[in-house]
Amino acid sequence: MIETKGLRKSFRSRQGRETKTVEAVRGVDLYVGEGEIFGFLGPNGAGKTTTLRMLATLIEPDGGEATIAGADLRRDPGEVRRRIGYVAQGGSTWDEVSAREELVLHARMYGIGKADAQRRAVRALEAFQLTEFADRKCKTYSGGQRRRVDIALGVIHDPKVVFLDEPTTGLDPQSRAHMWDEIRRLRSEGVTVFVTTHYLEEADALCDRLAIMDYGEIVAEGTPDELKREVAGDVVTVGLNGSTPEAAQLLDSEAYVNKLETVEGGLRLYVDQGATAIPQILRKIDGAGIHLGTIELHRPSLDDVFLEKTGRSLRES
Amino acid sequence: MKLLRDTWLIFQRQMLLVLRNPVWVVIGILQPLYFLLLFGPLLKDALNAPTTADAYRFFVPGLLVMLAMFGSMFVGFGLIAELRAGVIERSRVTPVSRLALMLGRSLRDVATLIVQAALITVLAIPFGLTVRVGDVLLAYLMLGLIGVMLSAASNALALKLRSEDALAPLMNGVAQPLLLLSGILLPLTGWVATVADFNPFSWAVDASRALFAGDPGDSSVWQALLILGTLTVLTLFWSARSFARSVR
Repeated sequence: MIETKGLRKSFRSRQGRETKTVEAVRGVDLYVGEGEIFGFLGPNGAGKTTTLRMLATLIEPDGGEATIAGADLRRDPGEVRRRIGYVAQGGSTWDEVSAREELVLHARMYGIGKADAQRRAVRALEAFQLTEFADRKCKTYSGGQRRRVDIALGVIHDPKVVFLDEPTTGLDPQSRAHMWDEIRRLRSEGVTVFVTTHYLEEADALCDRLAIMDYGEIVAEGTPDELKREVAGDVVTVGLNGSTPEAAQLLDSEAYVNKLETVEGGLRLYVDQGATAIPQILRKIDGAGIHLGTIELHRPSLDDVFLEKTGRSLRES
Repeated sequence: MKLLRDTWLIFQRQMLLVLRNPVWVVIGILQPLYFLLLFGPLLKDALNAPTTADAYRFFVPGLLVMLAMFGSMFVGFGLIAELRAGVIERSRVTPVSRLALMLGRSLRDVATLIVQAALITVLAIPFGLTVRVGDVLLAYLMLGLIGVMLSAASNALALKLRSEDALAPLMNGVAQPLLLLSGILLPLTGWVATVADFNPFSWAVDASRALFAGDPGDSSVWQALLILGTLTVLTLFWSARSFARSVR
């Protein structure tokens, strides 16, 4: 449904007298299948939004190719526009009009006739549970309600693909769960959903497949499970009350420890088999007379994947 | 056809917003209204006019040009607010005509302007203003050209600057000399009159005065329409290009 090859974009920014060229996106190759929720995970400034805006015809790529829903992005942006929906990060509604008015206008901007636009608006208001306040001004809506209007606008013309730029940023947990349901509903209706996020849990829970982006490049791509399997083995977190350096020195030389990191209040160890590693770790620490606070075993998270691929934690960046 | 349909669509939406908050239409005529009430009475003596009515017949046609200028030059602020709300970006991902996004907004400004001009004209009648219907319509046509031109220019600049803080000083910096060099407040003399020959709005004021004096055949009328018409077409091209570029 979406295929890109070597998509590139750089911006010139001026700092004082110097002009610097910032390569926001440095060659993105992507494949998104029909009817899947595809996630774009990465820290702020990774180039997610720039990529999305290129695919949505809002900015022209410096290089590369893309085909979206069968239309060529470079040669026929007009046709791409007809086939996609796009929901920007910062919202898209005007304070002084109602959701219904926004929906009708937006449908009509796609060339849809007045009566049909009104019917579509009614349907969208119902689908997104907005009927109750459909005729109130947008400025009276809650953050979650207003975000639902944004999404409803993005799909009012039944696009094959919809791009959602951080649809849940700034929402409370309940509204976020609600938004996930809406996104899954779109998938069940056959819409391909391309969503960016910097929330690990969201990428994990919501997306069928995802790409991890960092510094303008895709560093990993696959289903959440595939990605996590790539980070071989298990992760053991050892909580120590002080004496972390000694323990680190002690455990770093052990053959079963693939990788060791110092984290706040203890150590994080990457091992092949958590079940066999833990007794050995305990013996080692106990034998050295170091006091152990906690020990925890967990399967790798997407953050571990990010850490492995970029050397940084997504939570920190 | 798509251009006309889309322009009408944008115009309707923009007019809905104006009608929903018509207080701005009133605020727009406050300045000319103050001039009419507080500056007009001084003119009989200042101009050595035979009667107060004569002074108003000289003053009001220029006042309408001022209304057209100031009413349209600052519409870019509204566009910046729309940019910030994401409304423009939302329009850009649809196949709607880019030219229509601009024209629909300019037509809104012209419609508002004509209503305001009619209000000022009617309010000036008790002070002795007289005019024929045909002449006043021709004057309004000229005001409409000014409105389209300045509204398009203001929107194009707003797209470029994207910030009220940059647009406000620029617009004020341009508006004041254009006003003073137009002969709206006082008749121009000496070198100021020479400089004012390069101000298209000074020509508009002369034409407006000729029309309100019942002299549509005066050469200033066709000259002003030609100058303003040409400038309007040029500004529309420029603005349409910047809409097409930044609103690709």
